[in-house]
Amino acid sequence: MVSVGADEPVIALDEVRKTYRTGALSVQALRGISLHIDEGEYVAIMGPSGSGKSTLMHIIGCLDVASGGRYLLAGEDVGDMDEFELADVRNRRIGFVFQQFNLLPSLSAWRNVELPLTYAGLHRDERKHRALEALERVGLSDRGDHRPGELSGGQQQRVAVARALVGDPALILADEPTGNLDSTATAEVLALFDELHENGRTIVLITHEADVAQRAERLVRMRDGALLSDSAMAR
Amino acid sequence: MNWLETIRTGLQAVRSHRLRSGLTVLGILIGIATVVLSVGLGEGAQNSVSTQINALGSNLLIVTPGSATSTTGVRGGLGSASTLTTGDATALAARVSAPDIKAVAPTKSSSQVLTFGSANWTTSVVGTTPDWLTVRARTLSQGRFITSADNAAVAAVTVLGPTTASELFANVDPVGQAVTINSIPFTVVGVLAPAGSNSSSNLDDQAIVPLNTEATRLAPTKTRYALSNVFLAATSNSTISAAYQEANAILSVRHGVTAANPADFTITTQDSLLTAATSVSKTLTVLLVGIAALSLLVGGIGVMNIMLVSVTERTREIGLRKALGATPVVIRRQFLVEASVLGFVGGVAGAALGVVGAIVLPHFITERIAVSPSAIVGAVVVAVAIGVGFGVYPATRAARLAPIDALRSD
Repeated sequence: MVSVGADEPVIALDEVRKTYRTGALSVQALRGISLHIDEGEYVAIMGPSGSGKSTLMHIIGCLDVASGGRYLLAGEDVGDMDEFELADVRNRRIGFVFQQFNLLPSLSAWRNVELPLTYAGLHRDERKHRALEALERVGLSDRGDHRPGELSGGQQQRVAVARALVGDPALILADEPTGNLDSTATAEVLALFDELHENGRTIVLITHEADVAQRAERLVRMRDGALLSDSAMAR
Repeated sequence: MNWLETIRTGLQAVRSHRLRSGLTVLGILIGIATVVLSVGLGEGAQNSVSTQINALGSNLLIVTPGSATSTTGVRGGLGSASTLTTGDATALAARVSAPDIKAVAPTKSSSQVLTFGSANWTTSVVGTTPDWLTVRARTLSQGRFITSADNAAVAAVTVLGPTTASELFANVDPVGQAVTINSIPFTVVGVLAPAGSNSSSNLDDQAIVPLNTEATRLAPTKTRYALSNVFLAATSNSTISAAYQEANAILSVRHGVTAANPADFTITTQDSLLTAATSVSKTLTVLLVGIAALSLLVGGIGVMNIMLVSVTERTREIGLRKALGATPVVIRRQFLVEASVLGFVGGVAGAALGVVGAIVLPHFITERIAVSPSAIVGAVVVAVAIGVGFGVYPATRAARLAPIDALRSD
């Protein structure tokens, strides 16, 4: 587990803005977002489509850079990083879980899980060991050699969660992780998130489903590129 | 991510689209096989031409009457028959003025009918001196060659080429028999060893007689002292050009060659023959390789096409890999490795097919195909270079994809 200084938040967004320009037209997707998320928090970001939550997720995930403001991820200023440094930060600090699972169909489950470690430059044996460990943590130790096509949707998303965990990142960033799952699989994956949260993981979950957001301990609502509310969830 | 991992990933990607990769490889394969075969065909042709020309003799220079650079078109007829004489041959044999000429073999040829019993055979009868054997680098399979004594005595003796001997003497040992040439009985004293497999030249079909015998007993009286050719042997390979200069100087003086009166003889060296003969096959080789290179180009475009399709098709995968920490360099390298794997496999398979073709094809065509190891290595290197070269653009496109755009695509 990455330990960040006690008073240092995992995510510190300060007046972050994002403007998209298409020709003469410029669209303000984020109009100055300030948000702090501490280590071990389980935060849900909710909002209707077009509210800027996807843009925010891209910026938090270092897939895109802000047009203005400051973003510190685990104490590192992401704003002035180049493409190579961003790739490195994504690799070390962030574990992604996507709506579409985004597993490579030609690779077996454990090979999918080891991918981030490949880019981190770890040795083969070490990678396999850690990939199998991560699969065990999501309860799929017996499915390591199966290809994604041979797994159910819920199992595939659990493989994706294992892949997010394997590099031991500061943050798990989940973008509509249950959007493509039926209710049973949704329950399965959300239970997994609960468990990770209990183990002290920092989780940011982006969703538009209220019942999914209910599982988090803190709810951030967005509208029109700005924060609407930020409240602790009563559980 | 190290190179080994990258290559493993590349192989994996190639293997996961077997049919598509196979068809792309086929394009390279055909191109490389064609290049290997056409280079081999060219080399084979050059080898056989140089073998033929080397079979003429060693360190050989040939003096022929008449000028190769004749501009008037009048020369020929009487002129070409009479410009080269036995006197020229004697002058060329002089050690003092021509130290680099080792041996001189003047020849005087005529076409004659040879008869033995009921068999008759028309061939070229060559009158020459004993030096002919060394100058033309020939050996005897049986008997002896003509001698100076034969020449001095104007003896009616002959040495037959192997083909001539077998045509006239089916089951009889030719040595000691008498063949009739121009109504004169000639004693066969020896038979030449075959000069090689060359079927298009008559090196093995001729009858050698002493020069004086040819001049006085076979040739018409008015051309008695005219020679057909003078063959010269230089002392060594390095003195060929010196020998050429000396022969040219001697003959120019004897023939009164000036600016106004151009040379009425031509001296050809073995090298110049070789150059002339191989230049044709070289031109052909260049043409063939050019065509083969075009098919390689088409193969390369095939690689580029399939790599572009692959990049488009795997946009999501690229996005995901970038999200997981792959840098643009790693992504570019991955696609370059894929492209060069296609090139390498195509190159190796194409070279193998070329080698098989070089072994099988000569059974059906007359040409020899010589495939050298350097040509094979070169072909594989070219194939990989084509893979990399045509993979650069698709790989760069893949590397430039923004991770969010890539993840968003469906």
